[in-house]
Amino acid sequence: MTTSAYKTLAPTAARKRTWQKARTYAWRYALLVGALGFFGFPAFWIATIAFKSSSEYFRNPPVWIPASPNIAQNLDKVVRTGGLTSIGNSLIVTTSATLIALIVGTLAAYSLARYRTGGPNFAFWILSQRFLPPVSVVFPVFLLFRALRWVDTFHGLIVLYATFSLPFVVWMMRSYIREVPIEIEESAQVDGASRLRTLFSITLPLASPGLIATGIFTFIFNWNEFLFALVLSRTNVITYPVKLTSYFGPEAAFWGEAATVSLLATLPVVIATLLMQRYLVTGLTLGAVK
Amino acid sequence: MIRREGYRIRYPSTPINRMLASIRALSDKRKGKYVLVAPATVMILAIVLFPLLYAIVVSFQNIDARTAVGTFVGPKNYLDAFRDARFLNALGNTLFFTGVAVTFELLLGFILAQTLIGHLPGKRFIVPILMLPVVIAPLIVGYTWRMLWDTQYGPINQVLGWFAGRPIELVWLANPVTVWPAIFITEIWQWTPFMFLVLLAGLTAINPEYREAAEIDGASSWQTLRYITLPLIWPVMAVAILFRALDAFKVFDIIFALTNGGPGTMTETISLYAYSVGFRNFRISYMAALTLILIAIVSVAITFLWRRMSADQERMA
Repeated sequence: MTTSAYKTLAPTAARKRTWQKARTYAWRYALLVGALGFFGFPAFWIATIAFKSSSEYFRNPPVWIPASPNIAQNLDKVVRTGGLTSIGNSLIVTTSATLIALIVGTLAAYSLARYRTGGPNFAFWILSQRFLPPVSVVFPVFLLFRALRWVDTFHGLIVLYATFSLPFVVWMMRSYIREVPIEIEESAQVDGASRLRTLFSITLPLASPGLIATGIFTFIFNWNEFLFALVLSRTNVITYPVKLTSYFGPEAAFWGEAATVSLLATLPVVIATLLMQRYLVTGLTLGAVK
Repeated sequence: MIRREGYRIRYPSTPINRMLASIRALSDKRKGKYVLVAPATVMILAIVLFPLLYAIVVSFQNIDARTAVGTFVGPKNYLDAFRDARFLNALGNTLFFTGVAVTFELLLGFILAQTLIGHLPGKRFIVPILMLPVVIAPLIVGYTWRMLWDTQYGPINQVLGWFAGRPIELVWLANPVTVWPAIFITEIWQWTPFMFLVLLAGLTAINPEYREAAEIDGASSWQTLRYITLPLIWPVMAVAILFRALDAFKVFDIIFALTNGGPGTMTETISLYAYSVGFRNFRISYMAALTLILIAIVSVAITFLWRRMSADQERMA
């Protein structure tokens, strides 16, 4: 009784506020549905192409849902055209480069974090390599590799990718190591642990979430790299992005193969990102935004 | 024989022990810190810097596909670049691309971030979907959209046809009127989420009490945005803009996949032009000059970024 009396007597402020709230929610959700449609649709489309037969993806008007979804036919074509080999090549190059960069980069990062080796300018000098346009890095590198006969070799690509990943690893690991309280390290050293021992059995385990995140993002950046691979691979070491270009010739288009390779190459990255969500912004901005 | 001398153990001098001793030297503070940075420094010097120095030498010579041994020609290649209509066209395209793309990504990203700030049921599922384009290979994004824009078999013309009530047969990627919008929509699809994520992180870090106080004082939502939110988010926004601009400036993959610079050279950017000079025409000395011009341009933006980030550094140190 009292509540209804309250409502009839003083409806304006409270009701107005609920109404306003509902309206903002409606706006927000409408906007988000639009955004989800825009950002989700290409993923949906590429996935359906991978499951379509060529008579379906080359049809006008386009077919949205394949009649009998089947990825085997496209997968078979991918295997026959060397698409799977190219993903394997990418895996070898990217994993090796990431591991090398993690080891070499973390050692340097520890030195920068704990002793400020070379001062802030040295740290930024390392970081600034990251912002050089790849096209301007790859040309001098190409001349060097041609002289060394490293073009179209695994070790050539691995060394280049590892080096180009170093700025990211050093910069990220420096900030993750800094977050480990120095007192813990000091007490380990009082107990007689050497510097390296402290790094490997105290600091790195404590910084391991950061190490894993850095490793995964380094992997993703290298995995997605195209220009270096385009310049430095010929016939031996074709990575999947270079393979993709061969599916889009001036005459022919192999959409089923392209979509399937894209899907295979993207799925692991997407899963890793979802697991690493919390670190994504830090990784994308090199720690400038947390 | 192991003797104790103070707290230090002296090992007999065998090759293995000498090697182990040099590893132990890493724990010596003064030497150790340089030993730790040495491998990384050597790699960067050998793979990035040494070739770059060589490129400087080459850029003052006249090496191309026909002449393998160069002679000194002075700054000719640099002067040629600024008389090269195709280079200037590519430079203009790149600046145009960077400006438009970053502006739209910033605006859309900010709107999305504002929409998702605060309590919203379902947020946990929406944000992960919105962030995914950022980690997909730009080349894959380019090729995916190339299939979406396709005149006959793409769904975009089909959907437009539903609204228009008649078949639409736009040749998006070859028509001078539609090619830039198509590139921008593709680029915005991939990188708006970057702006959105960074700005969302920035907005979340702002204490909501500032905004509430402004609202209680009777500020309109526009005034709250203009005088409270924007000044507080500006440091984060500036970093996001610099990162995006540096990245957009070197765009290669997306345009390579969509148009490869066409129609003609209408959408050719610096990276695409430099690629064709260096690796299709093998004009080695000219390419080296372009490389260094590019680095000089980018260095300006990097300096700005350094100022921004070093302010951060001082807080951390």
